[in-house]
Amino acid sequence: MRTVSAAETAPTTHPWVVHAEGLRVRAGRHLAVDGLDLALGTGVHGLLGPNGAGKTTLMRALATVVEPAGGKLTLLGESVDGRADLRRVRRGLGYLPQQFGFYPRFTVREFVEYMAWLKEMPKTLVPGAVQRAIERVGLADRAGSRMKTLSGGMLRRAGIAQAIVNDPAVLLLDEPTVGLDPEQRLDFRELLRDLGVDCCVLVSTHLVEDVVAACTDVVMMNEGRLVYQGTPDDLVTQGGEGDAGDSPAERGYSALLRRHRAEAGR
Amino acid sequence: MTGHPSPSVISRYADGDLGLDEATVWTVEVHLEECADCRARLAGSAPEDVLTLLDRVSNGVDQGVTAGPAPVPERRRWSAARNRWLVWQLVPWLTMTGAVLACAVLLQAVQPSLPSLVLLLAPVAPLPGVAVAWSRGSDPAWELVASTPTAGLPLLLRRTAMVLLVVIPMLGLATDRTGVSLALALLPCLAFTTTTIALGAFIGVRLAALGLAAGWGLAVAVPAVFTADLPVVLQPGSLGVWAFIAVASAAFATTRADRFLRRR
Ligand SMILES: [Zn+2]
Repeated sequence: MRTVSAAETAPTTHPWVVHAEGLRVRAGRHLAVDGLDLALGTGVHGLLGPNGAGKTTLMRALATVVEPAGGKLTLLGESVDGRADLRRVRRGLGYLPQQFGFYPRFTVREFVEYMAWLKEMPKTLVPGAVQRAIERVGLADRAGSRMKTLSGGMLRRAGIAQAIVNDPAVLLLDEPTVGLDPEQRLDFRELLRDLGVDCCVLVSTHLVEDVVAACTDVVMMNEGRLVYQGTPDDLVTQGGEGDAGDSPAERGYSALLRRHRAEAGR
Repeated sequence: MTGHPSPSVISRYADGDLGLDEATVWTVEVHLEECADCRARLAGSAPEDVLTLLDRVSNGVDQGVTAGPAPVPERRRWSAARNRWLVWQLVPWLTMTGAVLACAVLLQAVQPSLPSLVLLLAPVAPLPGVAVAWSRGSDPAWELVASTPTAGLPLLLRRTAMVLLVVIPMLGLATDRTGVSLALALLPCLAFTTTTIALGAFIGVRLAALGLAAGWGLAVAVPAVFTADLPVVLQPGSLGVWAFIAVASAAFATTRADRFLRRR
């Protein structure tokens, strides 16, 4: 039995879990996110956009790894720009970078344990939370294997396990389905739906189908700005017969992108 | 707890008597949680079929325990396990530091007229290790670590302490062999480490370490070797200044903790 602290039962006072206004973030010298307005609540949000749209830079800013160059950014009701104390916000974060490094000699369990420790989880909760996270991504039989012996798909799943080990309130997954086989992708979609019940999940992906199948909300970016935010059903209705794509959702995606580019070109 | 429930209520509870109202059942349950005597009475008045069921369950659990895998023994101490990667990264650098100090000791034995090389090297001895412990290139999980609450000054200090834990005994051995004062080696060593961290708040730890090491080498160490004089900053009279620098820069670094939240 675990004692629930007053802080955990207190009602949240912030309307949005993630809130960006006019956000600008640099990637090197280039402003990869340029004037983005975004408000996300609980649920699974699929982040779509062409390569170079600024998805990864946005993810890194939300993960508090890079400092915004301008605009306002609040996570869990706390400002994370400038000299803010990031500690509290970071305890509630889960982050899977697009390319994540790891310590090759660590076993999967040691890796997830180390991340749980870095996330300042109470020591007594760590072993149970680690086991649960590893089971949720389907790696229980490889928990004792060294990271360097894992395949690409398994590494990705180990990465997801470390991201969810602290039951984050904000979960940022950058291209989590890369390297997963079709069956694992289906399992992953199920996990996403499960996580989205009480967590704000932002998944960036280039697979429109993943978004339609597992997300409650679609966020589309192009050239550092928000192009579209709506439900997957609404995305489907955006496309017509003449648009590029193999499915209604892909046609909706390319229609939105084409319209945005035409507007920007004017 | 005052007053135990009557034996008849307990046996009715054990039988699952539906005639007991909910309030009584709750009172009995709350009492049973705290009273071993009544729990024993409850066990005694349980009906036969419940007792056989309990026996069967307990036998099953026992069998499961004996047949199943043995419990995993408590693993090694955490800190050692979780810093293993850093130890591996640091080994080449600390080995180099040790080798350089050993060379200094040897040279001193061959050329006693030289100013103490160990003292000239001591201030910069921990800097390569500190730079490596906090550089993006040598930490494979940098991006992951950077988004966690531990990232920041506390983690930098922890890693710096690991480096000092190795470098200080080396300096102790080297000063002992060459017969110079340990304090004259240690205080500048500490002062340079804390100054690296304080300066690191503005230009990054790696650059700060490089700059300070180069500055010390060009301004003090190399001229001292050529003039064959031990510079005044390494004379016993300077100890107070080194202590002041160490304390002041450490205090300054703690006031700039926010600059380490995002590693640069
Ligand atoms: Zn009693």
